[in-house]
Amino acid sequence: MKTLALVISLLMGSILVVSLDDLPAWGDVNSPANSHVSAYYLDNTMQQTGVPNVVTSVLADYRGFDTMFETGVVFVAVIGIMAILRRDQRLEDIEKVERPPYFPPDPAITGVAARFIVPFMQIFGLYVLAHGHYSPGGGFQAGVILGASVILLAMTNGLNGALSRLTEDWFVLLSGLGFLIFAGVGLACMFYGGNFLDYSALAPLMGGEPSVAAVKARYHAMLWVEIGVTFTVMSAMFAIYSYLASDGWMDRGL
Amino acid sequence: MIWLYDFGLLVLVIIAALLTLNLRDLMGSAIVFGTYSFLMCLLWTVMGAVDVAFTEAAVGAGVSTVFVIATAYNIKKEAKD
Repeated sequence: MKTLALVISLLMGSILVVSLDDLPAWGDVNSPANSHVSAYYLDNTMQQTGVPNVVTSVLADYRGFDTMFETGVVFVAVIGIMAILRRDQRLEDIEKVERPPYFPPDPAITGVAARFIVPFMQIFGLYVLAHGHYSPGGGFQAGVILGASVILLAMTNGLNGALSRLTEDWFVLLSGLGFLIFAGVGLACMFYGGNFLDYSALAPLMGGEPSVAAVKARYHAMLWVEIGVTFTVMSAMFAIYSYLASDGWMDRGL
Repeated sequence: MIWLYDFGLLVLVIIAALLTLNLRDLMGSAIVFGTYSFLMCLLWTVMGAVDVAFTEAAVGAGVSTVFVIATAYNIKKEAKD
């Protein structure tokens, strides 16, 4: 069985390597991907959205549907993990379950160091979120960094300490709320007479010259959308960690 | 010289991938998997995809390693196969 698997994977691998030749060269200006859509984005992003980081504008504006449902996927992942892993102490007897040994974290060194570094991580997360229009970053990365800061707290000071700051009710609520913020911005666009997620329809909210207001609307709507993504991803990361680390009991960490 | 750097990274990625699959200890395997993610992040940076590299560093090397370790801790220590 093992040799069969090896033969099959070697065969598929060699087919892939042989067909590498047919792909356009890396960074080829004339390749199909670079000569149609990319050129449009590179030429028009700045005039249409006012965002210098093309990646962010493609992610949050031009391909808004993609990102919205990616956020939805993260939310569904949280709900799925919760449905599979969460246990109810009223229905199962926690004493009878065989569990790995638990060593309570000693907060003397790691705990103090973590409490020192967590505020900086959170400020950096907010910076990544707010500066995503200009530099690499955005909602997903900011959410992961913010989530990682809470996870670090949970690892070094015990899961209970982190759960008392970001309770189960809150992270489930927040992960849904983030998706609702994203979809809400899209619905607001429809309310103002545009298509779903067509942020330029929000121009009446911005004021000023109509042409400038449309750009401004897209710029600010992107920030709102990214804030929604951050909410969902942050709470999703901590939710997944706490369910996995406590094996669904929500009482103690690693 | 860039060619050498690329080549070295690729070799390390393959070594990390093979180690992840072949290590018996699940915890060690999880940590090597984190290394793999970080090497992929370096490769993305070399190719100029800084946004992807950032995501890979945060999600792949950071949080997902923690998830895998958390899972590995709660199941049996040694893989059967």
